[in-house]
Amino acid sequence: MFHMDEIQKRLLLEVAGLHEVPAGAFNFRANGKSIGRGNTANIEIVSKEDGSGIDIHVKPDTVNESVHIPVVMSASGLRETVYNDFFVGDNCDIVIVAGCGIDNCGRQDSEHDGVHRFFIGKNSKVKYVEKHFGSGSGEGKRILNPVTEVSLDEGSAMEMEMVQIKGVDSTNRKTVATLKENSRLNVRERLMTHGAQKATSIYHVSLDGKNSAADVVSRSVAKENSFQKLDLCIIGNAACHGHTECDSIIMDDGKILAVPSLEANHVDAMLVHEAAIGKIAGDQLIKLMTLGLTEQEAEEQIINGFLK
Amino acid sequence: MLELKNISFEVTDENRQIEIIHDLNLTVENKKFVVITGPNGSGKSTLARIIAGIEKPTTGKIFLDGQDITEKNITQRAQLGISFAFQQPVRFKGIEVIDLLRLAAGRRLSFSEACDYLSEVGLCARDYINREINSSLSGGELKRIEIATITARKTKLSIFDEPEAGIDLWSFQNLTRIFENLRKNIRNSSVIIISHQERILSIADEIIVLESGEITRQGGAEKILPEIIGTNSAVRACEKLSQGA
Repeated sequence: MFHMDEIQKRLLLEVAGLHEVPAGAFNFRANGKSIGRGNTANIEIVSKEDGSGIDIHVKPDTVNESVHIPVVMSASGLRETVYNDFFVGDNCDIVIVAGCGIDNCGRQDSEHDGVHRFFIGKNSKVKYVEKHFGSGSGEGKRILNPVTEVSLDEGSAMEMEMVQIKGVDSTNRKTVATLKENSRLNVRERLMTHGAQKATSIYHVSLDGKNSAADVVSRSVAKENSFQKLDLCIIGNAACHGHTECDSIIMDDGKILAVPSLEANHVDAMLVHEAAIGKIAGDQLIKLMTLGLTEQEAEEQIINGFLK
Repeated sequence: MLELKNISFEVTDENRQIEIIHDLNLTVENKKFVVITGPNGSGKSTLARIIAGIEKPTTGKIFLDGQDITEKNITQRAQLGISFAFQQPVRFKGIEVIDLLRLAAGRRLSFSEACDYLSEVGLCARDYINREINSSLSGGELKRIEIATITARKTKLSIFDEPEAGIDLWSFQNLTRIFENLRKNIRNSSVIIISHQERILSIADEIIVLESGEITRQGGAEKILPEIIGTNSAVRACEKLSQGA
């Protein structure tokens, strides 16, 4: 293991579930610098010449391999924008784990803006897991503004798990995807905000190819005085299937603005959106209380299940 | 043993006081299988909810094994040994059948233990254990899972609020078998079921008929059932199905 302090190790565990150097390719970034990197025969990670980030090249036909690129920040007052580009060849089947953990005990804001671009080759399958986590008791804000751009070539598929459930003060998430013929995109976003946090999540998915399909599902919980804006848009430019769902639980003085939208530019585009916002149903609390849980325990179980 | 003493329950509707339960006294002994019936709107479900602590009586006292539980909340009553099966089982996004069974049992359950509870209600654990308790489950499936959560709790008093409501006739046939088994294995606990169904009424140790918030008849099934059969307090599921059953 590279040298990391205890806070960085804890953040790494939160965002990537890692105790040690993972099998497969990896790049660890801590406090603005790459502190460790590993390539495999099929996956090569190279720094961009201008130092703004990394390029990840995955050779065609690479299967059952993984790439981990976690970022941890434990120094207060750091601000960085990092560009990571993934070039995935044809016929691959890989897992990519990204994520960022910020611990800010200082007075100055810490900010990590990661721009991830994915170019997925024909008939390839990619599972992408991204977790964001903040901790630390300083006055300085923990800010994460991820931008994700996905280009799916013919017959490819991407499954994205985007999770941010604790400690991030401000986030502007933007995900843009374009899909060619027979490609599909599945997104599962989980978002929880508390305190005075603000989160915006925007999805803009263009179904350009025949038989392309997207399913974008966001589940979120807004507690205390937090604010969320969820803006999920699917555009059908061909014979395609698109579904978006944003399902939110509102608590305390939380505020949620859900803006699902659909744009059909082809007569065979089949697009559906669903949006629901509501507090925890009284019957749900009562049911769990009749099993012996206190009201607070019941609430925790309901939220844990909802965000699972 | 459950004792209800002088229980009344009033609600206010458009500035009018409406009495749902009127000065009701009832004792349910241990090892008894009691069925409460009566016309719609007679206060049966309200009474069940008062026992579980979901509704608070306007006046009167409730005792469980001699302890006054009138001021205890839902959680405290559940912890003291009262279980309540909802008439309309509640759905939860993301919570799986195994999660609910574990919460009910109050501990981690092995697959085979969960399988025991589910097979008792006629569900195969392999197919159901990881199903979310959401609208993908039918009314009958939800009812059976609801009953499994009650049996997993193993409490001294179990209350079922109209288990037959909202399920199809085919599921009802199986449901009555579940209650027949529950009757056989009652041991030292007691069961209260709110039901109009003749097949459930026929296996009761005691039938209580509630009308306009008061007990109008009370006694063994062999005495009470013939008196109420054919009224809306005791109905058959379906003549043809009864013949075939």
